[in-house]
Amino acid sequence: MPLPVLLCLLGCAVTLVLGQRPRAQRAVSLTVLTAVVGASAALLVLAVTQGPQHVTMGGWPAGVGIGLVADRLSALVLLTSSLVTLAVMVFSVGQGRTGDTGTSPVSIYHPTYLALTAGVCIAFLAADLFNLYVGFEVLLTSSYVLLTLGGTGARIRAGATYVVVSLASSLVFLTGVGLVYAATGTVAMADLAGRIGALPPAVATALQLVLLVAFGIKAAAFPLSGWLPDSYPAAAAPVAAVFAGLLTKVGVYAIVRVHDLLFDPQTLRVLLMAVALATLVVGILGAVAQHDLRRMVSFTLVSHIGYMLFGIALGGAAGVAAAVFYAVHHILVQTALFLVVGLVEHRTGTTSLRRLGGLAALTPGTAVLFLLPALNLAGIPPFSGFLGKLALLRAGVADGRWDAWVLVVAAVVTSLLTLYAIARAWSAVFWSGRLGRADGPDEPREPVHGPAGGERPRRSMVAATTGVVVAVTALSLVGGPLLSVAEGAARDTLDAQRYLRVVGGVDDPGAEP
Amino acid sequence: MSPTVVLTVTVAGLVAVGVYLLTSRHLSRVVLGVVVMSNGVNLLLIAAAGPAGPAPIAGPGGAVPEEELASAADPLPQAFVLTAIVITFAVTAFGLALSYRLGRLEDDDVVHDAGPHRRTRGEPAGAAGPGDPDRDERHERAGGAPR
Repeated sequence: MPLPVLLCLLGCAVTLVLGQRPRAQRAVSLTVLTAVVGASAALLVLAVTQGPQHVTMGGWPAGVGIGLVADRLSALVLLTSSLVTLAVMVFSVGQGRTGDTGTSPVSIYHPTYLALTAGVCIAFLAADLFNLYVGFEVLLTSSYVLLTLGGTGARIRAGATYVVVSLASSLVFLTGVGLVYAATGTVAMADLAGRIGALPPAVATALQLVLLVAFGIKAAAFPLSGWLPDSYPAAAAPVAAVFAGLLTKVGVYAIVRVHDLLFDPQTLRVLLMAVALATLVVGILGAVAQHDLRRMVSFTLVSHIGYMLFGIALGGAAGVAAAVFYAVHHILVQTALFLVVGLVEHRTGTTSLRRLGGLAALTPGTAVLFLLPALNLAGIPPFSGFLGKLALLRAGVADGRWDAWVLVVAAVVTSLLTLYAIARAWSAVFWSGRLGRADGPDEPREPVHGPAGGERPRRSMVAATTGVVVAVTALSLVGGPLLSVAEGAARDTLDAQRYLRVVGGVDDPGAEP
Repeated sequence: MSPTVVLTVTVAGLVAVGVYLLTSRHLSRVVLGVVVMSNGVNLLLIAAAGPAGPAPIAGPGGAVPEEELASAADPLPQAFVLTAIVITFAVTAFGLALSYRLGRLEDDDVVHDAGPHRRTRGEPAGAAGPGDPDRDERHERAGGAPR
């Protein structure tokens, strides 16, 4: 069970040693990430067939040792993220220059990337709050390095904002951990689920709010989301893709865990609904206003976090199941979009909507690769985005309270506005005009990152992008089974008693794969 | 559990100073703010451990005597704090490197607003805003080697 984490950390060390040998480094990274995909798939199969798996590291009794838990929720998101990390690694190997200017003493892209993956794995598998904090820190610290790779001016400036905001959220999280420990005397989620119920309601709500603020910053929920569209577009294309796919979803995962497993979901229901509403609407209005493809995609990323928050706020098996399904869909679709934007940038050297144009004739393949996930994001019927939104709307209608109805309307409006935003981007980039046409007078943005334009993308870059697009399209084919797994995940999450039994009980001897 | 007043007041003071420094535009002050504030949070974790007591170290036999166990300090938050200190150390080093690099690029480590906001306020777009590669290159040639 700790296999994904250990493999990544081992790979990180090995690639660090192999810093002078790029070929060996790439081989190690790809092997490790493939193995992680295999281990996560095995975990998911185990979690579905035999129920949640639990292991305590180092042979300490539960509550003292570091516990790892893989129930259906964590195994599902773990498998999705490991697929995404593998695809993005293939893409970045193809791109060759991943922002490493070649002047740094060791090539740090691969080790940092693997450390990031390890952090994501720890966060998804953590069985206690403090371990979750450590996972967050591992992935955040790696993300600081990845975001500022190369140390160019634009990246340093974007990185400064990102690092400071992340540090502040980490401190809030750590404060939350300390307060939870002071109030209950434990940080293991299994014990907390019971003990928080015994606290005075005011204390419990205060704790919940502190943790919600911390995770809200990481998940980019609206009033706390300003950092994202300013920092992601500055990163190298594969880095932005993996950030978009994973980092915010780790925050969403933490909200699911804390909000639904530990605390009473009804306490902050209206607050969370309002946050979801603001995230949906403000995010998509931002996307409509953008003149840069990367920033546009970043704003849709923020906006669609609102859908998951909506599902979480609804609570109940149906709402959480829809949120989990949507998270899986969102990880894949956002990564696909960011990778396609990377392809466009690699080909043309710019992502400005005012300069791009007529790409459909130049690279019809890229046009199709953009159109599929974009339509999927907007929720056009055969795709998984539609299934996820439908599940959310059904859960909302079934809930039937006034705030749920408001959110249902907002979700539909956001979906339509997403369609408008991507249609606008599609026509500007692929359909009308010529490449490099009239440069807007107020468009000083130069292609400050990535290699010079005019280069045809390597085959592995296209293959990786195609892989993610195919995966996200195939998601609609397996929509039914996936939704049932998501429902199982939701029941695993909501059923604190069951969680308690597995984690508090004797170690399952079959837990170690 | 009843944390001491001294600890609580110290925590409050450190966090207040940290928050004040965090609101600065100078990245080096922000990094200092993070250091001060995380020390405050670490003390909060110590305070969460409850009253002080003898070190919870097992004797030669491997078992702690019962009477000591009851009064011993809680080891778990101490482990948390150690971990948090290590993390803060790494992050502080990174933050200092970042502010050094920003200082090399901009003659100052002030974090400016992002591009579009500056433009809507009518400031000159070229003045150290993002997307000004000439400026970066000039400074890099001037000795700020990318590291």
